[in-house]
This record gives sequence, structure tokens and C-alpha cells, in this order.
Amino acid sequence: MNSKYMFSLAAVIVLFLLAYIGVAGIGLYGFFGIFIPYAAAFIFAVGVVYRVVDWAQSPVPFRIPSTCGQQKSLPWIKPASFDNPACNGTVLIRMILEIVLFRSLFRNMRFHFNKGNKFSYEWEKWLWLGALAFHWAFFVVVIRHLRFFTEPVPVCIQWLESLDSFFRLEFFADFVQVGLPGVFISGIVLLAAVIYLLLRRMLIPQVNYVSLAADYFPLFLIIAIAVSGIMMRYFTKVDIVGIKEFTMGLVTFHPKIPEGVGSVFYIHIFFVSVLLAYFPFSKLMHLAGIFMSPTRNLANNSRVKRHVNPWNYPVKVHTYEEYEDDFREKMIEAGLPVEKELTTNGG
Amino acid sequence: MADDLAKPDELLSGIGHKPPKTGWMDTPVNIRKGMYCYASNPKSVDYLGLPNARQWNPMEEDWKLPENWKQILHEGFRERLDRFRSFKVFMDICVRCGACADKCHFFIGTGDPKNMPVLRAELLRSIYRNDFTLAGKLLGKVAGAREMTFDVLKEWWYYLFQCTECRRCSVFCPYGIDTAEITIMGRELLNLIGLNIDWIATPVANCYRTGNHLGIQPHAFKDMLDFFVEDVEDITGVNVEPQYNKKGADILFITPSGDVFADPGTYTCMGYLILFHYLKEKYGFDITWSTYASEGGNFGFFTSHETMKRLNSKMYAEAKRLGVKWILGGECGHMWRVINQYMDTMNGPADFMEVPVSPITGTKFENASGTKMVHIAEFTADLIKHGKLELDPSRNDNLKVTYHDSCNPSRGMGMLDEPRYVIQNACNHFYEMPANTIRENTFCCGSGAGLNAGEDMELRMTGGLPRANAVKYVHEKHGVNMLSCVCAVDRAALPALMEYWVPEVDVVGMTELVGNALILPGEKERETDLRGEPLPGMEEEE
Repeated sequence: MNSKYMFSLAAVIVLFLLAYIGVAGIGLYGFFGIFIPYAAAFIFAVGVVYRVVDWAQSPVPFRIPSTCGQQKSLPWIKPASFDNPACNGTVLIRMILEIVLFRSLFRNMRFHFNKGNKFSYEWEKWLWLGALAFHWAFFVVVIRHLRFFTEPVPVCIQWLESLDSFFRLEFFADFVQVGLPGVFISGIVLLAAVIYLLLRRMLIPQVNYVSLAADYFPLFLIIAIAVSGIMMRYFTKVDIVGIKEFTMGLVTFHPKIPEGVGSVFYIHIFFVSVLLAYFPFSKLMHLAGIFMSPTRNLANNSRVKRHVNPWNYPVKVHTYEEYEDDFREKMIEAGLPVEKELTTNGG
Repeated sequence: MADDLAKPDELLSGIGHKPPKTGWMDTPVNIRKGMYCYASNPKSVDYLGLPNARQWNPMEEDWKLPENWKQILHEGFRERLDRFRSFKVFMDICVRCGACADKCHFFIGTGDPKNMPVLRAELLRSIYRNDFTLAGKLLGKVAGAREMTFDVLKEWWYYLFQCTECRRCSVFCPYGIDTAEITIMGRELLNLIGLNIDWIATPVANCYRTGNHLGIQPHAFKDMLDFFVEDVEDITGVNVEPQYNKKGADILFITPSGDVFADPGTYTCMGYLILFHYLKEKYGFDITWSTYASEGGNFGFFTSHETMKRLNSKMYAEAKRLGVKWILGGECGHMWRVINQYMDTMNGPADFMEVPVSPITGTKFENASGTKMVHIAEFTADLIKHGKLELDPSRNDNLKVTYHDSCNPSRGMGMLDEPRYVIQNACNHFYEMPANTIRENTFCCGSGAGLNAGEDMELRMTGGLPRANAVKYVHEKHGVNMLSCVCAVDRAALPALMEYWVPEVDVVGMTELVGNALILPGEKERETDLRGEPLPGMEEEE
């Protein structure tokens, strides 16, 4: 089983070497700094749109929500409005709970086969917590990075930054000065959560068994992104002003390679580029897919409102007339009403 | 019960949840006796006009497939991706987080990793990636892709008929990926090359011809109900003779034929007769049974969407022919998923009927205003709430009852509190099973989706183990001796499961409990319940 994550780890190491040799060795600054990011952003945007449009082209022929609570039926029975939504308004809340708080994952419990053949289904929120921490931290990191692509930096991003670096851990020594600049919680949480997700994938036997190389690759890649980012901010101390000039050049389509920005920066943006380009071809599309999942985004109201299937076609049925023809004599004998009486011979 | 089935303790000690050393793609399928259902009878397949009717045996090397079976599957796959967004999205977005793994009753009971919902789906996804995705085409096995082979096909057949489409995994999936949906598609594909099981194909053929799964012809259907009428008269002194195929009746009643055929469903059927007679005497209730639409269940649902539609069409056709105002549906699991999520879309609109109104309480069933079909639990709960039923729950005092939520009414509809309300009004001793095993978390009986045959008993007993274990818990804690349910497949499947794991517990339908408790006008003093067992306080002196 090791081969799966060794393969993915090796792939990330190869990517690192590519970028490192490409920049530090051969000096392909333009290629790694301009061409690759543009190409990746293009593939990401076109790819994601293509995939979503492709999904949307398949219709939703039936209304198949997974109902996770009491239906709306009699007025004196309390419905579970969000877990079994009866209208689009409550579907929206169900979707928000799902997307923002991972509602379904929160239900998770672990099965145990105990002594004396007793089963138990125990509290298990670690996956939920790890996944939530990972996604939220990633989201905050992405938003925070918008400061490199906006001028002036919007106030909300500045607020987010100051909130993110609220806890000022300060540590000074000859070799490292942590605390200046302020430590961003999101980066630390992201790295911790992604390592947790990797470890559980490696160590929980069942999860390990179902995992593909394609499941380990993004985890290693994101670890590499987080580590290279943290390196730049707290250890190698890259030239922020130079980077901002460069990133602003990218978004304004006047790209210019900055002076004196170390190779860690190129490695970082190369990893990010790979993630972006990989995104539309991979399971990472769950980001968009969750919005389109018919078991979650439909109201359980198909007994009230007819849901139309665009390809509904007529089928061969056994009609009542055919049925009565098959059994008329027996039906009459048993005193069951019939549409047509028996015809006498020749009649 | 099958003779060669291991004893419960042996079966339990054989369950391990440690995955094998070899990866799942490199672990060939081992089709094992007791874990699969027999191949379909070619006559049934032929009668329905489904492809590749022939005698075949899954244990033999030659499955007598059409020459171009791979192409048929590939094209069928493509067609379903184009028709069902669910299928397409579910093929693409699984991240294999493993949250679903230990939610499946078949995985809990067998420990077979391919019974983890995620791997069951990967059996199809691996082919999907190979055939339809760029990553799969370029990277092959690294991207989780593999080519279709006969061994893969065997895996599909074996494991797609080890899923009861219960949807428990879909409750826990962060993206709502529903293995039932994947199994449904997989079984449709298998049907394209004639790989069905007889426990599904023959009931479907029966239902198509005679109107019900058991193949009961109209005169025999009436005979069987007449039999219950006699039994009820013996017990209560009241003649509860129903109406059949009556044009102009107010309401059409449709229920699974299983309850006409075998114990303990038959007692539920007597419950229906008693309830309808009571309502007729007291309130002039006018309801008819139909011999044409004499099946509530729909094993077509376990075959393909098309077959489901073909069988389901009889409900509306018969309602239209008879000119009823609305339809009342009996206790059944998958029947209600079909009615709730498919019927109106497939065979509607039901604009020839009226929005259902209870003629007794005046309650308008707004939640069924489109389909015009009301569940008997909703209907009865409304009657009880309005004080329209005279019930003596003490007649069920010898029972300590728990309630099994059937998968489909729970996770494909959300009917959880209505039956509980009815049952708790019909009996005095009610105990819930642990919260993680009921309502939307309910465990399957292990025999749903057409798997309640005799030859796959080990599969059924292992699949039903989590349910049985929860029943055992309340049996030991509260002395529960009766497992109630609102599903005919449950009534067929759970008795065997209980006999195997918790032999002290019997199985009962909701309306049987009502039938016991309901005081019929003019009835004699009842000495026994509907099963002929002495009522509490009526036991003969020893």
C-alpha cells in the first residue's frame, strides 16, 4: 500500500526539483514566474467551468433528496426543516449548513465491535474537525493572499489579516525571529490540519485501503505549499515589496520579474500553479460538485409538486384491458366486477 | 433457514474488519455460496422483454454474455451519465474520506472491504475513469482507473447485489453521494446484458402480468382476503368483507402483496380489513381494493428506472379507471420511495384525482396534493389525533414493542413520527432502540432491494446483524419481544433475522397492532389477538 503515497510524495519532490533547478540552476525566471502561473490560472478557470457545465448538461430526472429527518406532513408533527427541507428556502439553509459547516460529516460516528458481541457507534468528530479546520484555514489563507493582487488592499482583507494574526507569538533568537511579522493562525492551522488528514489516511486501515495515489498527491502538494509559504514569511524573509510589484504585474497583465526574490518564492508559486492546473481533472472538483449534489440540493416536495423529467418516455405497460382479457373468466366466476362480459362462442 | 448456515456465534467470530494485504484492485472476487442470489429464470426475463434471456449460473465460468458485452456496458454507462446528473457528479467528486465505510450494514456484518460504500462505488468509478476521464486515460492505475474485464464484471454483479440501496451511507457523506443511486445505475447496466437475479426478475414478471409480485391471480387474491375475513370473524364476530375493483369508490387502497401471502404480514392485512370496516361502519368510509393494482411494492425499482415505471403505471391507471378521489397506500418501504420520489414524475400528473382529504376528519393532506397518494400511517395518525378511533391498547399489553424504521420511508421520504404516534397509541409498552440505529440512522433489515431470497441467507444474516444487535440491546434492557415496522419486506425478512440472532423477538406491522386494539362496533369479547394467541388476561388456566 505504501507505493500509493510514495508515488505521490515522489511526484511532489520531482516538482520541487523541477522548480528549484529551473530557477536556481538554469535561471528560467520568466518560465516559472510568468508562463506557468498564467497557464495554470487558465487551465483552472477553463477546466472548472468546463466540468461544471458538463455536469449541468446532464438533467436531474428525479427528485431524490436524502431525507435526514422528519418530513413535513401533518400540521401537528414537527418537521426537521433543514435536514428534510420541504421548500427551496430550507434547501438553501441545508446547503449552507453543508457547505459552511459540513453538516453531514458532523453526523459521523465510529462503529466498534466490542467484547461480548456488543456493537457501539461512538462519538467521532475528529474527521469533521480536521476537515473543517483545513478548509476554513485554506479559505482564509487564500483570501489573505488577495492583498498581493489588490491595490489598495480592501479594508476587509486588512481586517481579516489583523484577526488572523491576533495572537502574537513572539520568539526571538539569532537564527529566527518569530513574531515579527505577526504569526498567522490560518497558516499554522492549515499545515496542522493537512498533516492530520494525511496521517489518518495513512494510519486508519480502512481509509488507507480505499485511498488512491490521487488522494495523497494533493495532500503532499498542499503541505509543500504551506511549508514554502511559511518559510518565506518567517524564515527566509522574502522581499514583500518586490513580490507585491510582481503579483500586481501579473494581475494587470504587465508581468515583470522582480529583483532579488529568492527561489523559495518560485517554488511556492510553482506548487500553487500545479495545484490549480490539477484541480479540474481531479477529485478537488468536489468544491463545485457539492453545490450540484441532487441528494442535498433538492426539496423533498415531490408529493406536492410534480418534478418534470425532460427525457421521460412512454414505456410498454400491461394495461387493465389486457389484464382483464387474461383473467376475465376467473374474475367473473369469483364475482369480481369486469368491464366486458364474456362473449359466447362466435359472438 | 438454510441448513448449511453457520451458527450465530461462528458467524460472529468470523467477522474481521481488517483489510486484506492485497489492494482491492488486485484481490479477485470470490463468489461464495450463501452470499448471492440465483440467476434469473429466462422465462421471466423473456416475458418482460429484457435483454439476453437464458439459463446461466454465476458459479460457472461461462455467463453466456452477448459477444459485445463490453461495448453494451460502455454505451450504457455513457447514456446514464448523460441522463443522470447524480451519476455523473457522484462518479467525479468522491474524495474517499472514509466517512461512509463503517456505515454500511453489509460492511459491519461481513467485514468485506468491497462492502464499504466507497469501494462499492469505486468498482464502477474505476471503469468510469478508464473510459471517460482524461486523468484515467493518461495515468491509468495511478488515477484509480482500470479496464473492464470479466473479473471486474463478476465483482460488479456480486457486490451490486450485496447492496440493499438503503441510503444510510448517503446520510453521512459530506457530498451526499448516494450508493443506492450508484447501485441502481450498476444494476441497470447489468440488466443490459442479462445479469439479474431471479428473486427480482420473477416477481417483476409476475407483477407485470397479474398485478402483484407473487403472481396471485384476481380470483385467488379475493380468495386469500376472504380467508382473512373468516379469521377476523372468528376472532371478533364481525364480518369485515372488503370491496374489490369498485368503480366510483372514494378511495383506492394499494398495499404490497406480501401481506396477502405470508405471516406475519397477513396479520397486518387483517388489520387493514378491520380498520376499513370500522371506518365504514362508523363514518361510511368507501374504499376499494384492486386486483389489477394489487401490488404496492415495485421490484422494477431494483431492475431499472424503466421497469419501475412499467410496474408503477398501474397505480394511476387503476385510480383513473375506477374514478377514485385519491389513493391510500399501505405499509411498505421501497414502495414509498417510489411513490414519494418517482411516481408523479414518471406516470403523473395525477390531475384526474382530488387533493386527498380524509372523509372522516376533514384533514387535507397538503403534503400529498400532487401525487394524490397518502400513507396509511399518515392517515391513521390523523384519525387517532382527532379521536376518531376507539382503541384499547391494553389488548397489546403482552407486547413490549420497539420500532424499526424502514430505510426508504426514513431516508427517501422522512416518515418517522407518524408510525410512532400510531404505534404508541395502539400499545402501552414502547421502547426505542439506541438513537444511532433508528430514524435517519436506521439499519437495514439486510434483505432489501430484492435480496430476501432463501439461498443468500448468510448475506441476509450478516447484513441484518447491526439491526438485530440493536434489537437485542432493547430486548435485554427492556424485555422487548416485538419488533414493529411499516414494511412488507421487513415482515418477510425480519422474522428470519430475529430467529437467527434474537429468537425471543417477533415481528409485527403497525396496522396489526391497530387491528388488535381497535374496538369494532358490535364485536364480541375478543379472546385472542389476530394471531390466535390469547389476549392478556385471557390465558387459559394451566
